[in-house]
Amino acid sequence: MRRAPVATDSSGVALITFFDFNHRIQDMTGIVAVPEPKTDPEAELRSAPPDTTLERLLMGDEAAACGALDAGISAAYAYPGTPATEAFEVVLRHSARAGRPVAAWSVNEKTAYEQALGVSMVGRRSLVVMKHVGLNVAADPFINSALVAINGGLVAVVADDPGMHSSQNEQDSRFYADFARILCLEPRDHQEAYEMSRAAFDLSERFQIPVLLRLVTRLAHSRSAVVTLPGEPERPIAKTTDPKSWTLLPANARGLWRRLVEVNRELREWSEGCSFNRLEWSDDDRGLGVITTGIAAGYYQQNLPELGFQPSHLHIGAYPLPQAKLRQLAARVGCILVLEEGYPYLEERLRGILPTPVEVRGTLSGHLPETGELTPEAVGIALGLASRPGIALAGEPPPHRPPQLCQGCPHRDTYAALVEALRDYPQSIVNADIGCYTLGALPPYSAIESCVCMGAGVGMAKGASDAGLRPAVAVIGDSTFLHSGITPLIDAVKAGTDMTLIILDNAAVGMTGAQDTVLPSTRLEPLVLGLGVDPEHCRVLDAHPRRVPEMTEALKQELAHPGLSVVIAVRECIEHARLEKARARRGR
Amino acid sequence: MTEDFVLAGVGGQGVISLGALLAAAGRSDGLEVQLAEVHGMAQRGGAVQAGLRLSDKPIHGALIPEGRARGILSTEPLEGLRYLRYLAPDGVLVTATEPEANIPDYPPIEELHARLNALPHAVLVDAVRLARQAGSRRATNVVLAGAASPYLPIRFETLEAELHRAFAAKGEAVIEINLRALHAGREAAACPAL
Repeated sequence: MRRAPVATDSSGVALITFFDFNHRIQDMTGIVAVPEPKTDPEAELRSAPPDTTLERLLMGDEAAACGALDAGISAAYAYPGTPATEAFEVVLRHSARAGRPVAAWSVNEKTAYEQALGVSMVGRRSLVVMKHVGLNVAADPFINSALVAINGGLVAVVADDPGMHSSQNEQDSRFYADFARILCLEPRDHQEAYEMSRAAFDLSERFQIPVLLRLVTRLAHSRSAVVTLPGEPERPIAKTTDPKSWTLLPANARGLWRRLVEVNRELREWSEGCSFNRLEWSDDDRGLGVITTGIAAGYYQQNLPELGFQPSHLHIGAYPLPQAKLRQLAARVGCILVLEEGYPYLEERLRGILPTPVEVRGTLSGHLPETGELTPEAVGIALGLASRPGIALAGEPPPHRPPQLCQGCPHRDTYAALVEALRDYPQSIVNADIGCYTLGALPPYSAIESCVCMGAGVGMAKGASDAGLRPAVAVIGDSTFLHSGITPLIDAVKAGTDMTLIILDNAAVGMTGAQDTVLPSTRLEPLVLGLGVDPEHCRVLDAHPRRVPEMTEALKQELAHPGLSVVIAVRECIEHARLEKARARRGR
Repeated sequence: MTEDFVLAGVGGQGVISLGALLAAAGRSDGLEVQLAEVHGMAQRGGAVQAGLRLSDKPIHGALIPEGRARGILSTEPLEGLRYLRYLAPDGVLVTATEPEANIPDYPPIEELHARLNALPHAVLVDAVRLARQAGSRRATNVVLAGAASPYLPIRFETLEAELHRAFAAKGEAVIEINLRALHAGREAAACPAL
């Protein structure tokens, strides 16, 4: 059953936090019990009585998280990152209410993944959640975990961001799953996000490999009705009896690598028969075969009524690719149109290098755009349908309205001071990082000159200083500093680099919804001093509009210091303060 | 058939909450619902857009195709213009008249109103003023829901019921403000000249 009957008597309760707008509508979960319509505003996850199913309006993120909770995970780990954040917030809320699973934000994606791995080794199920670029950070444990004999199911929910709504690239996580030689599931809709998430744990245990569940922004951040089923209990502790299969000494790893290669044969066989990969023949395909993956299936189905005929259709939701099915389709049609969101992963494989017997259409042939999100229009055009123009806008297009630092944001004060402190230098460099403060690149501050990846600013400023350009300034948020800024600071301490590191300490992960930073503000200064930074040049400043002149003066002094300085600019994120206040009110 | 609505505004104006209200109400009325939201970097005080799809049949995908939307609901006049390419030729634009001029090159408001009024089917509502009269500026998005209600495939009574639920925890006074806002919006849309 994919869709539950819907109660028409307004039983689908929805608690909408209109006045608690924080871009996470925490309580907006319409719940209808099936078959007995029943409302329960407190019910969220696995709170259903046994043997009932629940229907809820869930985001794709939330559906994947519900699947993991219903699969009986014992622990979950994550670092916030759009568009993956909401998946973990569901787990956190459930954990707070039900007392399990163990769940907390980790310092970064690598530590998160490693903790999940430990849970698996002792035989329990674990979930790890991150955005696509987070998997770069977790790549080391991720790739190597493919070789160990996964014990308790381990599932990585990774959300890609085609169109770069809130990211620095469009990397496609299917390549990571392929690189690690593991199984990847790609849901086509919200219901499948739930079902695949649950199935992923079984598959992880069956093949003793981690499973990657790939989400994309449009699924992660849209809501639709999802039917959830009764959950499974938590697994008992059952530590691996074969520690050699977890100890990647070369002698062990060679055997485990052979095992993984063998497992891949089984995976390919499984992929051919699994229900996520479906080939539907049409008597009226007119020589056209359409292959869809993930959410592209929806855009295809949406256009189908206007097409006037029915292509033969292969939908792929599970990787490795079902090669026999692909060959069957290619043997029967003259042209294959590939609809996939992300890189041309499938299209490249179909094309190969040598000429193909069938025409392959996709992004590489110019039938679909090579960048950005897939859209229903783009799919329609690739199918040969005419686009339907909307209402033409007469006159000038509306000016852009870019995101900006909030009114009252402490970063504004620090940037005002930094711009002023650098004013008299003929040249300087400011390397920043990822977070709200990246918006300092925009007017009116235009205060930063780079943003590459988490923690990069610290190392880049050191490199610029090493190259001879001074003053070299690194700007990093407190959470980003803990995530990836400490290690490059150790390099700078060791070298005694002439640079100034500014840590913007707002006690929050602001951009993703003001989650708590893993360490409180009071612990930052001792941490920096503990790394060996000269106490004379480790300054803690109050980031406040009235203190901008003082901050400017302090920054000028540290910029002039011919060695390493660390300036911690402290004031709580105003959004974090507002949420804390709301939480306190609710607590009363 | 699927009826699509683009919800537009500026981060902090309650666009996502408006989508949540309408999605929940649509579901209560037995419709299939998809609601696409924008989060993270795409949001901070910048242009915000959500897509609401309502249908009596399964909906394939959360994205609204261009040129098909039955309506655009905007909490701000400039943002109302931004997504016209999604609007079907016979679609309606329902927008608040009050500007959120947080950018330096915000066009003159008279010019904006003239451009909106030149559209084939536009409903301009002083949503902020009406929300204030109802008791809280923050109910602006609910005024808009009321103004758009004649064009939504959702029963007005269902919208009222959803407001009752949404604000149950906040007490009668807040519920009343929002119900007044909803009604004010509907009345203003019926006679937008007032």
